[in-house]
Amino acid sequence: MSIAEEQGQRGGATIARLLMSFGPLLFLAALVVVFTVLKPSFIDPINLFNITRQISITGLIALGMTFVILTAGIDLSVGSLLAFCGMVAAVVAKGGAANTLSLSTSGTQGYGWFAALLAAVIVGAAAGGVQGLAITRLKVPPFVVTLGGLTVFRGLTLTISNGGPISGFDASMRWFGTGLIGPVPVPAIIFAIAAILCHIVLRYTRYGRAVYAVGGNAEAARLSGLRVDRILVSVYVIVGFFAGLAAFVLSARLNSSEAVAGIGYELTVISAVVIGGTSLFGGIGSVGGTVVGAALIGVLQNGLQFNNVSSYTQSIVIGLILILAVAFDRWLKSRVRR
Amino acid sequence: MAEAAPVLLAVEGVTKHFAGVTALSDVSLDIHPGEILGLLGENGAGKSTLLKILSGVMPPSSGRIIFDGADYAPSSPQDAKRLGIVTIYQELSLIPTLTVAENIFIGRAPVGPFGLVSWKRMERDSRDIIARVGLSIDPMTPVSALSVAEQQLVEIARALSLKSRLIIMDEPTSALTETEVQRLLSIMGRLRQDKVAIMFVTHRLEEASAICDRMTVLRDGRLAGHLDRDKGRPIQLPRIIEKMVGRAASELYARPSQRAVAGDVVLSVRGLRTVRDPEAPHAIVLDGVDIDLKAGEILGVAGLVGSGRTELARAIFGADRIAAGTITLDGKQIAPASPADAIALGIGLVPEDRKHQAIFAALGILPNFSVASLGTFSNGFGFMAERRERDALSGFRKMLSIRMASAEQAIEGLSGGNQQKVILARWLARDPKVLIVDEPTRGVDVGAKAEVHQILVQLAARGIAVMMISSELPEVLAVSDRIVTMRRGRITGEMPAVEANEEKLMELMALDKQDALGQDALGQDAEDQAR
Repeated sequence: MSIAEEQGQRGGATIARLLMSFGPLLFLAALVVVFTVLKPSFIDPINLFNITRQISITGLIALGMTFVILTAGIDLSVGSLLAFCGMVAAVVAKGGAANTLSLSTSGTQGYGWFAALLAAVIVGAAAGGVQGLAITRLKVPPFVVTLGGLTVFRGLTLTISNGGPISGFDASMRWFGTGLIGPVPVPAIIFAIAAILCHIVLRYTRYGRAVYAVGGNAEAARLSGLRVDRILVSVYVIVGFFAGLAAFVLSARLNSSEAVAGIGYELTVISAVVIGGTSLFGGIGSVGGTVVGAALIGVLQNGLQFNNVSSYTQSIVIGLILILAVAFDRWLKSRVRR
Repeated sequence: MAEAAPVLLAVEGVTKHFAGVTALSDVSLDIHPGEILGLLGENGAGKSTLLKILSGVMPPSSGRIIFDGADYAPSSPQDAKRLGIVTIYQELSLIPTLTVAENIFIGRAPVGPFGLVSWKRMERDSRDIIARVGLSIDPMTPVSALSVAEQQLVEIARALSLKSRLIIMDEPTSALTETEVQRLLSIMGRLRQDKVAIMFVTHRLEEASAICDRMTVLRDGRLAGHLDRDKGRPIQLPRIIEKMVGRAASELYARPSQRAVAGDVVLSVRGLRTVRDPEAPHAIVLDGVDIDLKAGEILGVAGLVGSGRTELARAIFGADRIAAGTITLDGKQIAPASPADAIALGIGLVPEDRKHQAIFAALGILPNFSVASLGTFSNGFGFMAERRERDALSGFRKMLSIRMASAEQAIEGLSGGNQQKVILARWLARDPKVLIVDEPTRGVDVGAKAEVHQILVQLAARGIAVMMISSELPEVLAVSDRIVTMRRGRITGEMPAVEANEEKLMELMALDKQDALGQDALGQDAEDQAR
């Protein structure tokens, strides 16, 4: 707050501008303080690392979703796609559909973690690409295409798994979900690296510029020579890739791929992106914001659980926070405009 | 016409400032019941500012407005309507998915017992209302099924049903065919008999001359003068043009110095036709356009809205599909299937609608500048070379004297003129062979206009072939080396700029006689089909 106050002499608009950049971060800090006061063990490093592990799955998908929402699109299929990719990874890790009922964890008969990872991200990216093509070629709005995708991928998941889970992976694969490097959970490290890469792509590359331009004004982007359709397809490939990566990490963590995994994830993911300040109308937003948004939801969930608030009540609180965060963002913007 | 009738609306010394710019300065006018007042002026003369004040969009900075004997200070467009002034804009405000009747009674549907909407009464009442504007359609037709002209009449009908005393029409004829214009004018005449006052804002001098009882002409935000009918005879065009252009025009549109000698033909278009879009049956299609563009020359394309001038630009630029015809660039035939193709070939387009087609409002100046040259400003790995990008921008900032605070500044914060310069810089960074500018000074303030003109001349001097589309004739005359006129998707004339004057161009752009002279029965067929 002190930075904001120092600049405050230059007028309310400056404060508002600063709050706009750091608003979600301040909110996050405030939440951490509140939960720590309520229960000091909240701030314990073990718990904080636990939170990072919890947010890394939806966080990874939220990174991809940031690209999509920056182009004024949406992807509702990510939860189902995650389950589908997880199932594909499991089948590959098990060495084929015939072995999926075996609970053996000796990796000898499977194809190994790397093949499983590769299969998950390729299937995810391909599924995203198909949806992207449906959006650009068939001119069906993203909301509708991915709503269809939500159903289709869930159905495919249930088909290949027969409705049940595929469990029991070897230790090298499980390390990606449960391992630690020093005190830091491996999923959190994967999330951090991915976030940094996404930030670099959006902020420093030609491609990133094009994504913002297409989201900011698709017609102007087309008249400026950007291949708008290709860029649109690419963002759905990216979010699909991250759904695949998240699926691999989740399966590794649970030592199981569940047919019912990821139900409702799309809403958490979109919430994280939007709370992080990315505009659903496209052209405005950042990876940093999304990371903060994901962290905010994670802290909220963990903190409420820590204080024995029921999961029913948690839903209510998170929903309200989403609305408040966006309302706050709007209010700030109206102040800056003036 | 306006004898002893009491004044309905009196505008007295109204002034409007925007952030340091005076858009309207000490303007006065009045209008009587049953009178059609023409409000004329070049783009940027202050017409739209005055309109916004009268329609309740914004208040004046100073001055008085008296409507029907009382001070008039509407707090919103709704309030203005309630007080009896309805404004009909070029962009119609009907809801296309609702029926004619629903649109007329929007927000005040007649209700029957139990507070339910009485559809029967709504249908009957709307039938009466639309009959007053000469429409004979089923009021239960959805508005989306109507032509632009019919939609306009529905808006007028709605205004009448609101018991409006004054209807302001902003460029109502720009999207209409000749017959539709005649129908609209006759309806305006009928409303005049019903003692409704009409303020007719238009660029089309013939139409204004034909229908208006009096005219108020604005120039550079000031009152240029009032014109009255001379013993009942229509106000003559030369009188209007003299008032609109004024003496200041010679300075404003001073022909920039340093002219280049036109070189070889760079771009050559032959027999260009575009496809009629079944979803937009009233849109203009090109009907066999031939045009040559030489290096180092500025070709002015003069035409009214709906003449096909923008469509020509878009077809060359690969933004619209071409049905027939050839485009040759540097002797090679090209077929750009997208703007990206055209840009790669060395063509640039500064589009007509800056806000929707050129500007990325949410982004800063830097990304707005470099968006068409991302390849130039990035390295082999796809990373932006921001240093080079910034250097290039600051070069153009000096060259075009772009007034801006920093490269990070939101482009929305710039004035129209400076935004336009950033868009020009966007294309200059690519060093194009052909630059098409569509209405380059629309929404640009008076001072910056001359700067934009000077820039265009400099570009031509560097050997770029410039095609400038404009509906402002003084601009076309001042900046072009050669001028072609367009009307209904065809070229109707061509001449060197030194031989042209406003009257000649206006005739070629606007008059039906010319059609009859230059075109055969084929043209008539096309028009009939268009209907």
